[in-house]
Amino acid sequence: MPNAPFYPRVFARAFSHAGPAFVSVAAVILGWEAYVQLSGISPTALPAPSRIITQGFEQREALARHTLATLQATTLGFACSLTAAFLFSVLIDFFQPLRRALFPVFIITQTLPLVAIAPLVVLWFGFGLTPKIVLVALVTFFPMLVALAQGYEATNRDIAALLASMGASRWRIFLMARMPSALPYFFAGLRISVTYAVVGAIFAEYAGAARGLGIYILNAKNNFRPDLVLAAVFVSAALTLLLFSASVLVQRAAMPWARLAEQRR
Amino acid sequence: MSPARLELVGLRKSFGATEVLADISLSVQPGEFVSILGPSGAGKSTILQLLTGATRLDSGRMLLDGTPLSSAQHRFAFMPQGDALMPWRRIIDNTTLGLEVQGMSRKAARAKVEPLFAEFGLAGFERYYPAQLSGGMRQRAALLRTVVQQRPMLLLDEPFGALDALTRAQMQRWLADMWTRHRWTVLLITHDVREAVLLSDRIYVLSSRPAHVVHRFPVPIDHPRQGASAALSAIEAEILTTLLHPED
Ligand SMILES: Nc1ncnc2c1ncn2[C@@H]1O[C@H](COP(=O)(O)OP(=O)(O)OP(=O)(O)O)[C@@H](O)[C@H]1O
Ligand SMILES: [Mg+2]
Repeated sequence: MPNAPFYPRVFARAFSHAGPAFVSVAAVILGWEAYVQLSGISPTALPAPSRIITQGFEQREALARHTLATLQATTLGFACSLTAAFLFSVLIDFFQPLRRALFPVFIITQTLPLVAIAPLVVLWFGFGLTPKIVLVALVTFFPMLVALAQGYEATNRDIAALLASMGASRWRIFLMARMPSALPYFFAGLRISVTYAVVGAIFAEYAGAARGLGIYILNAKNNFRPDLVLAAVFVSAALTLLLFSASVLVQRAAMPWARLAEQRR
Repeated sequence: MSPARLELVGLRKSFGATEVLADISLSVQPGEFVSILGPSGAGKSTILQLLTGATRLDSGRMLLDGTPLSSAQHRFAFMPQGDALMPWRRIIDNTTLGLEVQGMSRKAARAKVEPLFAEFGLAGFERYYPAQLSGGMRQRAALLRTVVQQRPMLLLDEPFGALDALTRAQMQRWLADMWTRHRWTVLLITHDVREAVLLSDRIYVLSSRPAHVVHRFPVPIDHPRQGASAALSAIEAEILTTLLHPED
């Protein structure tokens, strides 16, 4: 790479990280475009990426409105789920029997098929924000709870013994040692759950909603517009990536020491 | 005669079916440096667990300055076997940990600890995270965290066990030097005979599990001991002989 020294190192590193992904995505899109152009397949069966982009761009106002609705449902639902997961994780950490009582129930909620649950939730809670929040919380609560519970358990025993020897109470040990120890697990859970959260919101909207990418996809499908369906899918993928990157950035800001440990290795 | 700082009489401890401590009796005088030497898995750390109240003894007595220890008291400054530095706290905030737990404000605790950084060879590293320090520096930080608690006695569990040989030798000399100046009351656990001989006034040698005291060696050599290497080597050789031929 003769050019590398001329770029600031940050850009060089960012490109070397994102470069391969960028190339593979571009290759898929180019191949797709070429196939549609050469085979002459009908755009109502498989629209070309160029068509998806132009049609999506024409619909940008509608798409933006529905995307905002989905984003709102995702973040609100996720915030509720995080709060609940944290409260339960603390309860479970202090009262182990509670864990044995509650975990089976939580595990069952994870086995419910979303396609069956989504319409029921809409039936119970209407077409507003509530069913979306419920569904997002349903799919993200348990992964976050497990991540937190595992994180507490990962606390270094020497650190806990040290605090106890100093006379720290159980609550103090939780705040000073168990919670910080859980941070890496928390963020690993966060990165995965945030992608579930978008899917959960779209499922809820698909089952019936006033606004949102889910209902937009449903309407586009009913109007035989696969180009708009795919445009909405692209937008939802972009939304997921955005939330994923945001959680990575928050983790970096919240755990400055973690990168130092990596650098030494 | 005034009572010993620490007096352990006939300690017994089992974990389930495993008998770990069979009969441990030892004493530490105020200002004395005492070491416990013993094979791995003998139950050395278990003795400290009993002292810090992490587990309860099955039978025996533990007296501090003549009064029985209750588990509610936290009279020891304990340094666990790993350095147990919190990776998420800067070095300064790791060293103030004990003071914070005692209820001191972070600011006051920092003001108290900061002047000691130079003596512990950590000046300029206050704002670093543990991951940015060498093994020797981490141990010194852990020791600083231990001594600033100003407890009547220090319990050190193999403080240099994880270091490379050269760093360990340097740290042992450094600790000997620090102790000569401060005369803390110390109970040190180690399986390094040379370390025990260099630092201690008295050495207890434990059997393998279930542990009991097989020997007591006084080390009647004045500190600082830098010039006394011949006498130290003689004692070291004697202890090694007993460790290798326990029946004799
Ligand atoms: N909390 C505990 N519960 C059950 N068993 C324990 C507990 N603590 C220690 N043991 C057991 O007691 C025995 C002695 O352990 P201990 O840590 O005291 O040994 P040690 O002499 O410090 O060894 P090392 O030199 O390797 O550190 C081991 O067999 C260990 O498995
Ligand atoms: Mg040990």
